[in-house]
Amino acid sequence: MIDLTKKAGFGLASRHRAEQRFQWAGRSAIAISLMFLAIMVGSIAITASGTLRQSQIAVQVDLSAENVDPADPASASYGRLIKSGLRDMFPDVTSRRDKKALYNLVSPEGSFEVARKVAKNPELLGGVQTLWLTASDDLDLYLRGKIDITLPEKQRQISDAEVVWIDSLQANDQLRRIANWNFLTGGDSREPEIAGILSALVGSFYSLAVCFALSFPIGIGAAIYLEEFAPANRLSDLIEVNINNLAAVPSIVFGLLGLAIFLGYMGLPRSSPLVGGMVLALMTLPTIIIAARAALRSVPPSFKEGALALGASPVQAVFHHVFPVAMPGMLTGAIIGMAQALGETAPLLMIGMVAFIVDIPDSILEPATALPVQIFLWADSPERAFTEKTAAAIIVLLIFLISMNLIAILLRRKLETRF
Amino acid sequence: MIDPIITARGVDIFYDTNQAIFDVDLDILPNKVTAFIGPSGCGKSTFLRAINRMNDLIPICRVTGEMKIAGQDIYDPAVDVVALRAQVGMVFQKPNPFPKSIFENVAYGLKIHKITESKTELQDRVEWSLRSAGLWAEVADRLDQPGNSLSGGQQQRLCIARAIAVKPKVILMDEPCSALDPIATAVVEELIDNLRKDYTIVIVTHSMQQAARVSQRTAFFHLGTLVEFGDTKSIFTNPADERTQNYITGRIG
Repeated sequence: MIDLTKKAGFGLASRHRAEQRFQWAGRSAIAISLMFLAIMVGSIAITASGTLRQSQIAVQVDLSAENVDPADPASASYGRLIKSGLRDMFPDVTSRRDKKALYNLVSPEGSFEVARKVAKNPELLGGVQTLWLTASDDLDLYLRGKIDITLPEKQRQISDAEVVWIDSLQANDQLRRIANWNFLTGGDSREPEIAGILSALVGSFYSLAVCFALSFPIGIGAAIYLEEFAPANRLSDLIEVNINNLAAVPSIVFGLLGLAIFLGYMGLPRSSPLVGGMVLALMTLPTIIIAARAALRSVPPSFKEGALALGASPVQAVFHHVFPVAMPGMLTGAIIGMAQALGETAPLLMIGMVAFIVDIPDSILEPATALPVQIFLWADSPERAFTEKTAAAIIVLLIFLISMNLIAILLRRKLETRF
Repeated sequence: MIDPIITARGVDIFYDTNQAIFDVDLDILPNKVTAFIGPSGCGKSTFLRAINRMNDLIPICRVTGEMKIAGQDIYDPAVDVVALRAQVGMVFQKPNPFPKSIFENVAYGLKIHKITESKTELQDRVEWSLRSAGLWAEVADRLDQPGNSLSGGQQQRLCIARAIAVKPKVILMDEPCSALDPIATAVVEELIDNLRKDYTIVIVTHSMQQAARVSQRTAFFHLGTLVEFGDTKSIFTNPADERTQNYITGRIG
C-alpha cells in the first residue's frame, strides 16, 4: 500500500524544514533592507522638512526721498535703512554690541531684498513702508523650537536678549513663516536662510547632458564594433581586458586625467559642466560598453544568421536585427552609468566644480557645481541651519535620480513593445 | 542530360586543424530535391553551409577545393557574398523569424535588395511568397502580428516564405523539420515537394523516411566523406556501399 500523505521517509521532514528556513531567511533579509531604506529616507526627509518654510520679519523701512534718490534707487544704502528701522522698533537697545545682535535678526541678504523690491515696484519710494524681509537662520531655528533655551546662554546660538526681541516681534505679528521657494529657485549662499539648490541642480543637469551625449553614442558604437565586427585576436583581447579594468578604476583618477588633459593641456574652462561631463563620460564609458556588450551577446544569434542568409550585409544584419533587440538592455546599462555619474563627487573636485557658485549657470561653459558637491559643501558648513539644507539637497538629488530612471524605464518599455 | 547547378570538386573543409570534409565531389541537379543523410557529426551540415558561405561566420573554418554555382566559383575573391546569398537562400533547423511582424519578416529580403519598386508591388510579392509557402490563408488577416506569435510549423513556413520572397535559385534547408511535430512536418514536406518546380532544394535530414519521401537524389555522408550519391530510390533499395546499407537499415548512426 502506498501512502502519499506520509511525511516520514525520503528525509521529507528535514527537506521541508530546510525549505522553510530558506524562505524565512530570504523574507527577513528583504525586511531588514526595507527597514534600513525607510530609516534612511525617513530621517533625511524629516531633517529636510525644515527647509520647506522660511521665516520673515516685518521691518519699517523709510524710503523717503532724503534716504533714497528716486532717480537712482540702486545707489541707496538699504542696509542702513533696515538697521534704523530695527532700532525704531526697539528704541531701548543702545549698546553697540546689542545693536549688532539686533541687526543680525534680519538676514544680510535683506538689503538686496529691499533693492529688488524697489526695482520691481518703484511706487514704494517716497514714504515709510513695512517690508517682509528674510529673517536670520538662528531666528528661524528658534521659531521652530530647534534651539534649546534651557541651555546656558553661552552654549546656544541666540542670547537671552534676542529671545526677548523675537518673542515681542511674535506678539506683535511681525514674524511670519512662508513657503521657501527660494530654496528651489536660488543659488548657493554663505547664509543658510537664502542658500538655494538651483545652481547645483542646473550644473548637474548640464554635466549629465554632456556625459550622456558623449558616453552613450561612443559606448554603444564601441560595444557594437567589439562584439559584432572586431576580429578575434590579441589586440581585441587586450582592449577587452583594459575596458574591464577601467570600470574598476577609482573615479578620482578620471578627475586627475581631466585636470591634466582637459584643463591643463586643452585649456577648457575650469569648473565648467562641459569638462565635468567629459570626465564623467570617461568614467561612465566602461560601464556602458560592458552592459551594451552583454545586451548584444544575449540576442539569439539566429536573428543575425537569418538576415545574413537572406543576403543582408553584416552591418545591415546587426543594425536591423541585433541592435533593436539589444537596445533595452543597452539603455539599462546607460541608466546605471548615468546614476553613477550623478552621484559622483571625487572627479568633479579635481576639475574645480567644487567652487562656490551663486549664479545659475547659463551654459555648459560657465562655472558650475553639481548636486553631490553641493551636498558635500553644505555638510561641511558650520551653521546649524545648513544641516537641513544638506538633507533637502539629498532629497533633490534622489528625486533627480528617480525621475531620470523613470524616463529611461518608460523609454525602454516603449522600445520593448515593438515585438 | 541536365547540367548540374551546383558542382563541387575536391572540396575539403577544415575547422582550424580538424578536417571535417574530405575531398567531396558532388553535382546537384536543378529542380530536384537533394537530401544529405548521415549520422551526427558526419559533416553534412558543414557541407551544406559551405554552399552559401555561411561558414564564413566561423573564423576558424576554411574551405578548399572548387565549389561552383552555375559555373562560377563561389570562393573566388571577386564573388560578393551578399549576391551569392541572395541566390542561395537558407532555412534553419530551428525556426528563426525576426522579432518583427509577419509582413516585415517576408518583406525584409525584398527591402534590403531593393527588389520591389512600389508599395503595392511589395505587398503583392509578400502575398505571393506567403501563398507559395502555403501560409497565406492562416495569416492573411494578421500580417501585423509578430512572427514569433505563430506556431512552430507556421514559423518554419514563414522562414521558407522569407527565403523564397527574393526568388533565389537554390534553397538550402538544414534539418527544417527536426523541431516540428509530425503534422507540421507533413505540411512542410508537401511544401518542399511543391517548391521543387521552381527551385533547387538541398535538404539535410536525420530522418531517412523524410529523405525517401521528399528527395529525388540522396547523398550519404559518413565521417566527413561522401560515401554514396545517387537516385534516392536506388540508394534506399539497392545501396552499393556496405556503410550505406548499415546506416539505412539502422545498424550504424
